[in-house]
Amino acid sequence: MTAAPLHLLYFAWLRERVGMREETVQPPAGVATVGTLLEWLRGRGPGFAAAFAPGLPVRCAVNQEFAGPETPIAPGDEVAFFPPVTGG
Amino acid sequence: MATVRVQQADFDIGAEVAAVTAGRTDIGGTGCFIGTVRETADGRPITAMTLEHYPGMTERAMAAIAEQAEARWSLLGCTLIHRVGRLTPGANIVLVLAAAPHRQAALEATAFLIDWLKTRAPFWKKEHFADGAEAWVAARVEDDAAAARWGGGTAGRDRRTMAPGGSG
Repeated sequence: MTAAPLHLLYFAWLRERVGMREETVQPPAGVATVGTLLEWLRGRGPGFAAAFAPGLPVRCAVNQEFAGPETPIAPGDEVAFFPPVTGG
Repeated sequence: MATVRVQQADFDIGAEVAAVTAGRTDIGGTGCFIGTVRETADGRPITAMTLEHYPGMTERAMAAIAEQAEARWSLLGCTLIHRVGRLTPGANIVLVLAAAPHRQAALEATAFLIDWLKTRAPFWKKEHFADGAEAWVAARVEDDAAAARWGGGTAGRDRRTMAPGGSG
């Protein structure tokens, strides 16, 4: 369960589709993992629906560590969404 | 202790090698990889590339990668420098240095460092094509395979499908 705000960050084409770099959100009760957060984000508007459409290769980090859909999120966490990395 | 930097400015390769080797007599070899912007992407000419990163996490990820290499090959020096921002063909992107008592460790560690950097550090490239189009670079399965040959499993990697039915 998370009741306190989450700090969200978006990078690369996810940033472009949602139309912002970062935001603070207050998800509803029941959003307790990365997977449930992603499902909730997808319903927030057309930009989010485009960014988090099923089938897109979206990756995540919680508090700057790579995370998976089952990773729990807690109040005050920093959660980032981005495409697979392509540096080097 | 490795040198890890993310910066917009170019790097001076000679100065960075000197910083690793100056005053030391225990180093037998220093491996070096320099990544540069190629003028084409899949055969199409590009005019520039923009590199974005995740400040904070990038430095942590790079430090963790360097720490792995230092421990695994008993390195005597290690440098990872990655540029961000808009870069044009021919420009330097990334510098990897690994110093060791013998060449095999230095060269292996250098290959490991760039392979892991490509799959574990949060950087993203956007290519700007000569015809005005632009596109985010997609991750390559060859890079995954190159990184996987060093072992280490999936811990610290980003290759995890988030969306149902996601490719990856």
